[in-house]
Amino acid sequence: MFAYIVKRIAVAIPTLLILIIISFLLMHAAPGGPFTSEKKYPAQVLANLNEKYGLDQPLWKQMATYVWNIVRHFDFGPSFVYKDRTVNEVIAQGFPVTLVYGSISFVVATIVGIALGAVAALKQNTWVDYLAVGISIGAQVLPSFVIAPILVLVFTLWLGWLPGGGWEHGEVRYVIMPVIALSTAYMASIARITRSSMLEVLTSNHIRTARAKGLPEWKVILRHTLKPAMLPVVSYLGPAFVTMITGSVVVDMYFSTGGIGRSFVDAALNRDYSVMMGVTILVGALTIFFNLVVDILYAWIDPKIRY
Amino acid sequence: MNRRLLLSTVLVAALAGPVFAANPQPGETLSDNRSYTFRELDAIKTLDPGLNADVEGSDVLRALFEGLYNEDSDGNLVPGVATSYDLSDDKTTYTFHLRPEAKWSNGDPVTAQDFVYAWQRLADPALASEYAWYLELGQIVNAAEVTAGKVKPDQLGVKAVDDHTFEVKLIAPLPYFPKLVTNASLFPVHKATIDKFGADWTKPGNLVSNGAYVLKDHILGEKIVMERNKNYWDDAHTFMDTVTGVTINDENAGLTRFLAGEVDRTDVPAGQYPQLKEKYPDMATSTPYSCSYTYVINLTDKGNKALQDVRVRKALSYAVDRDIIVNNVLQGGQKPAYNWTHWAVNGFKMPDIDYSHWTQAERNDKAKALLAEAGYGPDKPLTIQLNYNTSEAHQKIASAIAQMWKQTLGVDLVLNNLEWKVHTDRMQSQDFEMARYAWCGDYNEASTYLDLLASYSGNNNGKYSNPDYDKLMKDAKTAADPNADYTKAEEILATDMPIIPIYHYAKVDMIQPDIKGLPQNNVQQSWYAKDIYRVAK
Amino acid sequence: MTIDTIKMRRLSESLAEGEVRGRSLWADARKRFMKNKAAVAGVIMLVLVTAYAFLGDYVAAYTYDFKDFAIMGHAAETGAPSWSNGHYFGVDNDGRDMFAVTAQGTRISLMVGIVGTVIAVIVGTIYGAVSGYAGGRTDGIMMRIVDILLSIPFMFVIILLLVMFGRSISMLFAGIGLLSWLNMARIVRGQTLSLKNKEYIEAARATGVPAWKIILRHVVPNLLGIVAVYATLLVPDMILTESFISFLGLGVQAPMTSLGALISDGAKTMQYGTIWALLVPLFFFVVTMFAFYFIGDGLRDALDPKDR
Repeated sequence: MFAYIVKRIAVAIPTLLILIIISFLLMHAAPGGPFTSEKKYPAQVLANLNEKYGLDQPLWKQMATYVWNIVRHFDFGPSFVYKDRTVNEVIAQGFPVTLVYGSISFVVATIVGIALGAVAALKQNTWVDYLAVGISIGAQVLPSFVIAPILVLVFTLWLGWLPGGGWEHGEVRYVIMPVIALSTAYMASIARITRSSMLEVLTSNHIRTARAKGLPEWKVILRHTLKPAMLPVVSYLGPAFVTMITGSVVVDMYFSTGGIGRSFVDAALNRDYSVMMGVTILVGALTIFFNLVVDILYAWIDPKIRY
Repeated sequence: MNRRLLLSTVLVAALAGPVFAANPQPGETLSDNRSYTFRELDAIKTLDPGLNADVEGSDVLRALFEGLYNEDSDGNLVPGVATSYDLSDDKTTYTFHLRPEAKWSNGDPVTAQDFVYAWQRLADPALASEYAWYLELGQIVNAAEVTAGKVKPDQLGVKAVDDHTFEVKLIAPLPYFPKLVTNASLFPVHKATIDKFGADWTKPGNLVSNGAYVLKDHILGEKIVMERNKNYWDDAHTFMDTVTGVTINDENAGLTRFLAGEVDRTDVPAGQYPQLKEKYPDMATSTPYSCSYTYVINLTDKGNKALQDVRVRKALSYAVDRDIIVNNVLQGGQKPAYNWTHWAVNGFKMPDIDYSHWTQAERNDKAKALLAEAGYGPDKPLTIQLNYNTSEAHQKIASAIAQMWKQTLGVDLVLNNLEWKVHTDRMQSQDFEMARYAWCGDYNEASTYLDLLASYSGNNNGKYSNPDYDKLMKDAKTAADPNADYTKAEEILATDMPIIPIYHYAKVDMIQPDIKGLPQNNVQQSWYAKDIYRVAK
Repeated sequence: MTIDTIKMRRLSESLAEGEVRGRSLWADARKRFMKNKAAVAGVIMLVLVTAYAFLGDYVAAYTYDFKDFAIMGHAAETGAPSWSNGHYFGVDNDGRDMFAVTAQGTRISLMVGIVGTVIAVIVGTIYGAVSGYAGGRTDGIMMRIVDILLSIPFMFVIILLLVMFGRSISMLFAGIGLLSWLNMARIVRGQTLSLKNKEYIEAARATGVPAWKIILRHVVPNLLGIVAVYATLLVPDMILTESFISFLGLGVQAPMTSLGALISDGAKTMQYGTIWALLVPLFFFVVTMFAFYFIGDGLRDALDPKDR
């Protein structure tokens, strides 16, 4: 197990390097640069800018300097667009926000999703089941960019219960709508996976044995059904967790949360090279890390799996 | 010897009385709610006046800092840190007299040295400001040389004669120079703060500013909060205690939050103005905004051959039913454009352009005839590529015009929706046939538009070139009445049709009815937070 | 990923058990499929939606790129669905006829979903089959590559691609296809591994049949079941991805549109009284998604003989 973890971490580093190279090349190949502007700047002004930000260097050198600064000083450079901020500052400000609403959404989606899926499985082929399945497919196909404006319309404009946007350091009133908008689709997926996984376990032999032994039904469900049924759920939750804590463009756009979800898209469109790279590396590193966590969890839940 | 000119004497006389910032009208009672919240499209990119390059940053910088002059509700100059200026006989030396009571937010006096430092810093290649060219635009001595690194920043043509006298030397007379000093890039900055904090000097807590407000909080993508500056020289006349800018990317979401009472001012989404005006007559406003919307035609070899023919360009221009664009697509009080300079620009006399008086049916007939004359028709159909940047409004206009050209002329317009940077990049490298282009005036005078189409202009993306036009623009710089030249220049444009003018902008906003003091007739749409007040309902 | 892994696993186990006995498995499957009401309903819905998407243009009174200037700007008052003026589904804020434009948008969305899936299927199947059949070191390296690619945030790469090459349908297909073949490859590889040691394959190998022939003749046909199910369930995923890209403004070029773009436009303007501009495309979107889910689920149950 330990050797396996070490091996995985060893692979993570070249993976990140490949990610950096791909993104770097794609980014610089895109037409226009951070200083392309509607009012074209005189050549001298552009030359000064390129010199200041090192864009006058050959590409390989820029890339090498970039990686070196990260390794040496954990310095991701200055933002090209937010001129009085560094990438570290941009991420330090936005990531905690997404981490908060992402984690809450994750917990909500997991609890509600598993509960919904489990109930549906236990009441298979009753109206409860059909309702639960209907809700989960519906919730899954309804895009969050439809849910978000509806939420604002209902809870802010019509009912006046919740503020339509802002973050205010994570005050509860400001967190509710982002969490609903972000968690819905994940909740639906978790419910569907839980349902079919539970159904499979419920029809398996060891449940039949447990029942035959005369164990009370709640014990059968809690002890013998839920844990094994969680395997596929866990493998879904790992990547889902990463996507959720790295935020959502839709949430940041509609609720002015100031999270990191929008940073990448903005940075890509503004050609803010350094912010784009910073966010990509952050998301890549988190993905690799949580994939590893999932594998370890997997081994813990299902001792049959050995690496 | 400097002699006070008639112009500046009149200006000073008009302003001799006490200047009230927030200036309630008789009969208005002020509200207890002393906070103002406005929507901003994107996060503020920088709070460093030297580095700022966009409109939204300027809005905030005008609250935090104060330059030599400000603009009033109608776009006229009113004293800021300077109370008056003198102009030398050769019209190349401006001497600004600064008010002694002006202070920084930490209590230091605002001096002429602060301006000297700020302007030198702007030109300095070490800062690498995107707006360094603005000093060149102002014709300031050595501006270009400093930016190019050929001479040291201290060679820039600015000087502190004493603590409260600031002198600027120009290469050549520039009648509209005073209008330029309201731009945020020319605001003073506090040297001691910059020396102390370096790149972090604009962070909340560090920033020392000389405007009516100081920075409280600035969170990317969420909001910026500013609070009253107790040390501002005119603090007694400032009404709002806090001014907050909230980032709302989507204009429809902005409107919802406006209606829920969360913001005091937001933009009206394209096409929604009439409906909102009917429902909320005291909130929906439309005021002229100095920007023009056009389709630029690439006249180089890289463009479409057919468009080299002036008849084709005219036919296309005539066949655009601008009334439909402004009345059905935009519907926000924009005006149809048959010329380049925005109609409301100060002093500009609209030329007599023939096709602007015709009915659309007449224009269409003429257009068909011209196109046939140029040899295009059913047997030789014309296909044109149009580039525009991603935006719902551009898309709506482009597809409406495509349909007009298809129906009237049988011309196929292929729409290329490009991401903003790609669009700009292609336009600036003449890699297009026809491209959407809008220009917003840097200052309130027609040359900000017309200079752009001179053959030597860096922003002349279609590479239009006409010696007569160039001559007019050069003469206008020193002419007693440049507006006559501007009118003639516009007439040349109507004959050559290097661009297809489409409409003149209006700023269409929803403003809470109890908010007063926002500019009414300022085509630059510059607003000053210190002028805003709220009346009791 | 919205695909239910547990059922896929069970299906692959039972499909790996023996070589497909030609006709009978598929014939049995068809019988079972026809008995599944939800699946049959899914097929009917899909047929209807497809018919609308491809034949709607002939019924529509307007073309999809037509703007009704008379209604544009007054869509809330005069643009409601109406038989009399030929705008059966109403007119949106841009003056577009919703009937024509939704038909066109559905067409694009279906195409994106299907082409993206086809790319995923072809690349994923070949990659997975080769990797699984080769085994050993090659397999290790090939799967490590998949692992590496899976940890790249692909939405980012798609956005970069669209920004870099400009938006176009082919770029969208390529981007989405790129995103989706990885999981396909993993599933196929697993399946191939268990097929590899079956007697008939060993027999073929013993008689000297070249590897590529074995893969094509014996491995791939036996993968068809699982690939078909996975592919059906992948289509709605692709459509969802495309809708998100459209929401970002990086989707197909005007005057063409997609369901995602229409829904995004409709959602932005729903507060102005043109709710049909949201509901019409959303209806077709939801129906299409449900149809694919039902068919996919039905197909999976039908192909799994143990699931009785």
